[in-house]
Amino acid sequence: MTAAGEGPVWTRKHLLTINALSREEILFLLDTAEGFKEVSTRSVKKVPALRGRVVVLMFFEDSTRTRMSFELAAQRLSADAIDFAEKVSSTKKGETLLDTARNIEAMGVDIMVLRHPAAGAAEHLARAVNCCVVNAGDGQHAHPTQALLDLFTIRERKGRIEGLNVAIVGDIQHSRVARSDMRGLQKLGAKVTLVGPPTLVSRDFEAMGARVTHDFDSILPEMDVISMLRIQKERMTASGFPSVREYVHFYGMNRERLRRCRPDVLIMHPGPVNRGIELAADVADGPNSSILRQVTNGLAVRMAVLFLCQQAAAAAGAEHAA
Amino acid sequence: MTLLLDRDELHETLEKMARAIAGAAPRDVPVAVVGIRRRGETLARRLLPRLERAGLKAAHYGVLDITLYRDDLTTIGPNAVLRGTEIDFDVTGTWVVLVDDVLYTGRSVRAALDALMDLGRPRAIRLAVLVDRGLRELPIQPDFVGLRTDTEPHHIVQVKLTEVDGRDEVELYDRRG
Repeated sequence: MTAAGEGPVWTRKHLLTINALSREEILFLLDTAEGFKEVSTRSVKKVPALRGRVVVLMFFEDSTRTRMSFELAAQRLSADAIDFAEKVSSTKKGETLLDTARNIEAMGVDIMVLRHPAAGAAEHLARAVNCCVVNAGDGQHAHPTQALLDLFTIRERKGRIEGLNVAIVGDIQHSRVARSDMRGLQKLGAKVTLVGPPTLVSRDFEAMGARVTHDFDSILPEMDVISMLRIQKERMTASGFPSVREYVHFYGMNRERLRRCRPDVLIMHPGPVNRGIELAADVADGPNSSILRQVTNGLAVRMAVLFLCQQAAAAAGAEHAA
Repeated sequence: MTLLLDRDELHETLEKMARAIAGAAPRDVPVAVVGIRRRGETLARRLLPRLERAGLKAAHYGVLDITLYRDDLTTIGPNAVLRGTEIDFDVTGTWVVLVDDVLYTGRSVRAALDALMDLGRPRAIRLAVLVDRGLRELPIQPDFVGLRTDTEPHHIVQVKLTEVDGRDEVELYDRRG
């Protein structure tokens, strides 16, 4: 079934940034993910859509949940998922990312899922290989599947995204999640407020259409959704960062702050949570929290991403052959 | 365009199918009516009250999305909107009536059988189709048929249903114009 007689909505074989996607593409992907949710509730948690396809997980940064989520998504689509262990690989012996990727591609890979500390790594890779590339986080640049699963969760809990007031709180400056979330939310019509100490949230973000504030308490009552970012304790020692105690005092979400929010406010967190720092334990486990829901939805969203990118690549290949 | 069934004929055909299904259904096994998206879903929903009038109360109703099970996924491209399967009962041990609008190559039914089997182990699966247009490519045959008609590959058989298309009828077109 095509959308209103036009061509297919999704024609991308790569997912690199949220920025590149249109509002229609984002909604189409979220709708597709909706259809995948049911697969995880079956006794046989598998569909044959990507049978015989190979997905390689190339993680050049530590990540447990994102890697597992992609691996499980690939397996539920009946693809073979293989792990590329960077710590013991030849990149440690001086091989470049592209050489590594070309070698892996030569083994007959259909989709590469890349997590890399350098911003732009996924785009760089996509230009060099013929297979699909999915960005699982590149430096401080983008983390599109996290943004998509956040959008999916907000829509599921709130019934809509358009017109919602959404705050993203924390180290915005160094966060790819914040950048991708902001772009995705804006494309779907939400109003985004970025919150954090002046050293971690620059006024430059106002040029991108977001509201910036350093006073968390003042915005609490108007927010529909508050997404708490993880504070990276290792950064805390760097200059420009407040002490943990100071941060918790001004920017930590706790029961007292939650009381001043709307009763139906949605509290999100991309994980892993520093309990007692950006998020108090009782709020993280409370009814307003969607943290585990985000993880569950992440699986459906990543299945949709792998499925649609592979479909687009197959369609392009079929056209080429015809 | 040739009209294969007009509105009244389509309604009458559904009644006949419902009576045949009700007559064949076991009385000691729960019956599940499962439609294949999208027009099979509508037909299945329409069959329910007719089955009841014919003396068969279906225990379950469900909808099967076979998109992920198709064998032509690599050629149709990402056009298909995945709507998801909605079967919120355990199919194991049930007598399933699988409903579709047109039976042609048999590939959709093959996909639907695989999708159903992944959900559990039905006691039996029966196939009900409104139109059997022949030209099978797989060894699959229907158990309940509304209308049997011989067609050519260049024909298109379209089942139109009010819920989806705004009117009830079955049409045959010639692709060659």
